[in-house]
Amino acid sequence: MSEQNKKPLLLQGNEAIVHGALVAGCRFFAGYPITPASEIAEMLSVELPAVGGTFIQMEDEIAGMGAIVGASLAGTKAMTATSGPGFSLIQENLGYACVAEVPCVIVNVMRGGPSTGLPTSPAQGDVQMARWGTHGDHPIVVLAVSTVMDSFTITVKAFNIAEKYRVPVIILSDEVVAHTREAVQLPDAKEVKVLNRIRPSVPPDWYKPYEGDARGVSPMASFGDGYRHHVTGLIHDEMGYPTQNPQEVEKFHKRLSRKITHGFSEIQMTNSYYMDDAELFVIAYGSVARSALRAVQDARKNGVKVGLLQLITLFPFPRRTITPLLKQCKAVLVPEMNSGQISREVQRVNQGRCTVVKHNRIDGKFITSWELYHRINKMIPPA
Amino acid sequence: MTIPAQALRHEYLRHNKTFPHVWCPGCGNGIVMGALLRAIKRLDVSKDEMVLASGIGCSGRMPTYLDFNTLHTTHGRALTFATGVKLANPALNVVAIMGDGDATAIGGNHFIHAARRNLNLTAIIINNSIYGMTGGQYSPTTPFGSQSTTSVYGHIEHAFSISELAVTAGASFVARATVYHADLLDKLLEKAMLKRGFAVVEVISNCHVQYGKRNKLGNAVDMIKSYKDQAITVAKAKKMTPEEREGKITIGILEDRDMPISTEEYRKVQERAAKLKEKA
Ligand SMILES: Cc1ncc(C[n+]2csc(CCOP(=O)(O)OP(=O)(O)O)c2C)c(N)n1
Ligand code: SF4
Repeated sequence: MSEQNKKPLLLQGNEAIVHGALVAGCRFFAGYPITPASEIAEMLSVELPAVGGTFIQMEDEIAGMGAIVGASLAGTKAMTATSGPGFSLIQENLGYACVAEVPCVIVNVMRGGPSTGLPTSPAQGDVQMARWGTHGDHPIVVLAVSTVMDSFTITVKAFNIAEKYRVPVIILSDEVVAHTREAVQLPDAKEVKVLNRIRPSVPPDWYKPYEGDARGVSPMASFGDGYRHHVTGLIHDEMGYPTQNPQEVEKFHKRLSRKITHGFSEIQMTNSYYMDDAELFVIAYGSVARSALRAVQDARKNGVKVGLLQLITLFPFPRRTITPLLKQCKAVLVPEMNSGQISREVQRVNQGRCTVVKHNRIDGKFITSWELYHRINKMIPPA
Repeated sequence: MTIPAQALRHEYLRHNKTFPHVWCPGCGNGIVMGALLRAIKRLDVSKDEMVLASGIGCSGRMPTYLDFNTLHTTHGRALTFATGVKLANPALNVVAIMGDGDATAIGGNHFIHAARRNLNLTAIIINNSIYGMTGGQYSPTTPFGSQSTTSVYGHIEHAFSISELAVTAGASFVARATVYHADLLDKLLEKAMLKRGFAVVEVISNCHVQYGKRNKLGNAVDMIKSYKDQAITVAKAKKMTPEEREGKITIGILEDRDMPISTEEYRKVQERAAKLKEKA
């Protein structure tokens, strides 16, 4: 790949995700075809075997998710990619990956929903589903990509977070990012920081697969390594054996949360533009963040003190970054291609400090920069 | 070679796991577990190489107690996880253990596709004609007319044959035994694990607690004994009419064929892909 990387590549978002996955060390893909995510599977079916990896098309997305968990337990970095209807189906085994702490990456290229919905239209309707889609209380990491370059870098980061914290990581893309072609200069694979799960260093008899270190993360042995252990979707003790002991159950849940809280500074990623002197700002993510950036730049040309906070991490919701900005600014605009799935998070954090203005599209149309430019202008307080 | 039960327990049961297990006294699951351990012992598979995957149900609890790499998955999905494990590390010896509801209701799609795909995996299905763990609801193998907690007026659906399904779907090896025929079961499991390709062993087993009692089939011993009377060999079954086979359990090897295994075929794909990449 490094050869190619010297010259810019004309890639679509889905292809950039594949490049990111391969550089991050992904060597296993299992999934089921669906628009607008299929290119990821198609390209990996070509690329993975060439680097000694494995591609398999399963009978459905439930099976795809099961297979990547299995592959990860056998020591291979693994991913799947899907869209709304398939994202519904993966939820069961996604919960398994949460409980059994199995690193893996799930890409959901969002399209209009619910159900079969609008297969070829962009949408951001799966944000809260990514947060709460699998049943039961659980922390989760959800990242959103907004450009082709993002699709590369964030995919690498998703694998790194998955490996470092032993968690499934969800990447939300959308139809616009997935199918937009842009010239990108990918970094040389050697220059990309890639993290791998920590393997146990103790003798097998001492190994406690779910004990957790200071960060709450346990080293992870692969099946076949000599560290025979039990993996289950039942709530389990430090050894992985099922337990209903209230103390152990609570300890288990708290550790899963602690892993993520300890990693906040690294996991919660945002990009901030023109925020230093901003009096108004926009919070946007995914393809909409691009429109928002352009709108902010245009408004700045007229002297409007407006900034943009692009959310890369949607969950855990980056409240530490957002709270001071809500204090700094008079109003915040939250444009989304849904009825307000992130604006409700903003409102929750805001607690009445700042005026929260929603801007929602649920008609299968993309939110343009022009639309947002006008919306920003309307928000300018009279001088 | 008979293997003393105690030696088997010492070698394969987890020492750091608190017992008792969840199974009812007399449950057929224990017989299947014993047979599996004897097969593993005879074949001399190292514990580190063994992966035992299961779904959810009484049968699904088996891996918890055994000192292998064990994977207790979600209901019906054992074969999907097993597929990932096997493809990621083909050197591992992967066995999936499932219930009848697990493998053929919620997991039916995975089951037929695993058979069609023909990875080098072993699938053991403990067929007790009922949903044991959830309290005796009907499963895809509950006989027509019988009682369950969701068919108190008599079951109106027809049971299907798991083994015939596996043969039709393309499994390389398919065999059936009952928990009465423990010696046969030992041998079939051994053969299944040795088989290169997808190998299925269906074990007719007793859930006297949830199925037997409601259908007046007696206690565990009565049920197990009844399998002796109902069993016919494959050779004998071939000579009988479908009417004569009614109510009988055909035991033995139903299918044994050699076909390309997708784990190995994929190695060839990798070689082809790598060569093309080099050229490019
Ligand atoms: C998705 C889902 N649906 C339902 C259940 C509840 N459930 C647990 S075990 C089981 C049936 C088990 O029956 P079977 O597979 O025949 O195994 P047995 O208990 O008889 O060994 C069901 C329905 C579940 N765990 N997951
Ligand atoms: S309920 Fe039935 S299948 Fe489950 S352990 Fe008891 S006897 Fe066995």
